[in-house]
Amino acid sequence: MAGGIGSGPGKSARTYAGFGVTLILPAWLVIGIFLVVPIGIMLVYSFLTKEFRGGVIWEFSLAAYDQFFFDRGLFGDDPPKIEWTYILIFWRSIWQAGLATLLSLLIGFPTAWFIATRPASTRTIWLFLITVPYWVNLLIRTISMKFLIRDNGPLNTWLLETGVISEPIHLINTWVAVQLGLFYSYLPFMVLPIYAAVERYNFALSEAAADLYASRFVTLTQIIIPVVKPGIIAGCILVFVPSLGSFLAPDLLGGAKNFMIGSLIDEQFKGAAGNWPFGAAAAMILLSMVLIVLIFYARSQNRQEGA
Amino acid sequence: MMAKKPDLRRFPGFLPLTVLCVFLLYAPLIIVAVYSFNDSPSITLWGGVSLRWYEDVFWGPESDKFKQAAINSFVIAVAAASTATVIATMAATAMLRAGSFRGKGASFALINLPLMVPEIVTAVATLIFFSAIGFTTGILTILIAHIVFCIPFAYLPIAARMEGIEDVYEQAAQDLYATRWEAFRLILLPLMTPGILSGFLLAFIISLDDFIITNFVKGAGVETLPTAIFGAVKQGIKPNIMAISTLLLAVSILFVTLSYFSGRMGQNRK
Repeated sequence: MAGGIGSGPGKSARTYAGFGVTLILPAWLVIGIFLVVPIGIMLVYSFLTKEFRGGVIWEFSLAAYDQFFFDRGLFGDDPPKIEWTYILIFWRSIWQAGLATLLSLLIGFPTAWFIATRPASTRTIWLFLITVPYWVNLLIRTISMKFLIRDNGPLNTWLLETGVISEPIHLINTWVAVQLGLFYSYLPFMVLPIYAAVERYNFALSEAAADLYASRFVTLTQIIIPVVKPGIIAGCILVFVPSLGSFLAPDLLGGAKNFMIGSLIDEQFKGAAGNWPFGAAAAMILLSMVLIVLIFYARSQNRQEGA
Repeated sequence: MMAKKPDLRRFPGFLPLTVLCVFLLYAPLIIVAVYSFNDSPSITLWGGVSLRWYEDVFWGPESDKFKQAAINSFVIAVAAASTATVIATMAATAMLRAGSFRGKGASFALINLPLMVPEIVTAVATLIFFSAIGFTTGILTILIAHIVFCIPFAYLPIAARMEGIEDVYEQAAQDLYATRWEAFRLILLPLMTPGILSGFLLAFIISLDDFIITNFVKGAGVETLPTAIFGAVKQGIKPNIMAISTLLLAVSILFVTLSYFSGRMGQNRK
């Protein structure tokens, strides 16, 4: 073959010109009908009235959003006060997802850097080691974490035996456990995009900086991090977004007291206590937050390309 | 002079952090795999090595439930991954081989939409959709939902592969009076095989692994392996759950390895 990556036909190949619409149509139909339309219907449902056995009555209502933000007392006729319950659940989800992102970045960046600077043969092995957990069932990984950090689980047993602690650390069903679960779940998502960015990094820049007597630290903060920033941002989004809507970590590791958005939404669709319009509204709010993050990301990427 | 310079690629402490990262990723999985061979009904105490919990998974009191769930998972994963692979291959051909057409810009965003919408939102939207049109939930609703989120996972390796194949081969075929269908079937498709295989395998794992969306749209009585495992874990972690988790772990690792090497096989071809 005449060249490597990038020398291919790219977007100019026209072998099947005229068939574009026909070929793309199945993807449009499947994703359109079974994802875009459902999100539209979900938006409609968030403005309907709740039915008591789960489901909805087709009557316009703002009750779901009202319930989310305002407390009108037991009979609904008190003057509205701000309802903090759900706002706090969202707030907790945001900072737990943020902290998971920060922790993943602190360990993911050195890992990505280290792997990208290995010789080609060992690099493949390291990369493979990071990729495998990425594809391992999230449920099983969360269960493994739950097993590991139980009060009488292997972690506590080991720490007790080695004498590091004298009493078991109670982690399970605390926010710390959820935090560990989120960090553990999405850590590979941070490493891979940063790795891709570091792999393209031109080391002549580091040499130039060293020639001009820049210290290692200055080179890192002034040259390397700004250059690989797109990879860092991509990694942060890939960790933050799924952490924000995570269900398994808060449900299996956090118990009933450490709700995140995912558990709140899930609860609205389970059994008679559920509230479909409220669940739909909470899902819409979550989706809007994610869209804001993605739009911010797309704009920063555009600016990068424009610069 | 060059030899005296310190290696600019090295930062102190990055090696230990990398080792820590890999350790953190694998330690819980390895511990569960080890304890799945524990010959003790307690999940805490170590009672020697045995395969009793694997026997329990295959022949124990809950084995029928898990077998049915495994069959459901497998059938859904094969069907969803195959359908998604066909759709993704067509979409990649449109995006990379068909020049420009109406809606091309939006198409890329649409194909990747299932990756951007949080899973719990997709789950809620799909459940509401099937409920609104009066469709009974069951295997078919799970299958439809899986096809949707498998498309981008199948698309990425397929498109990456197609981008690397120059269109001169198809043009040569056409110069020799091959029809476009023949050029596709006899030239492009064989060249694409590693990418298509890689895409299929990734879509297969993603379908096999899905819990949240399946849990919403499965309806009563239908279980896949992850929903069955989740249901069992809610009663507490039992040793048979660790055995079945280890089996599923082995399947995932096997398929990732296959996908990885089929992707590389394509890259190495000259």
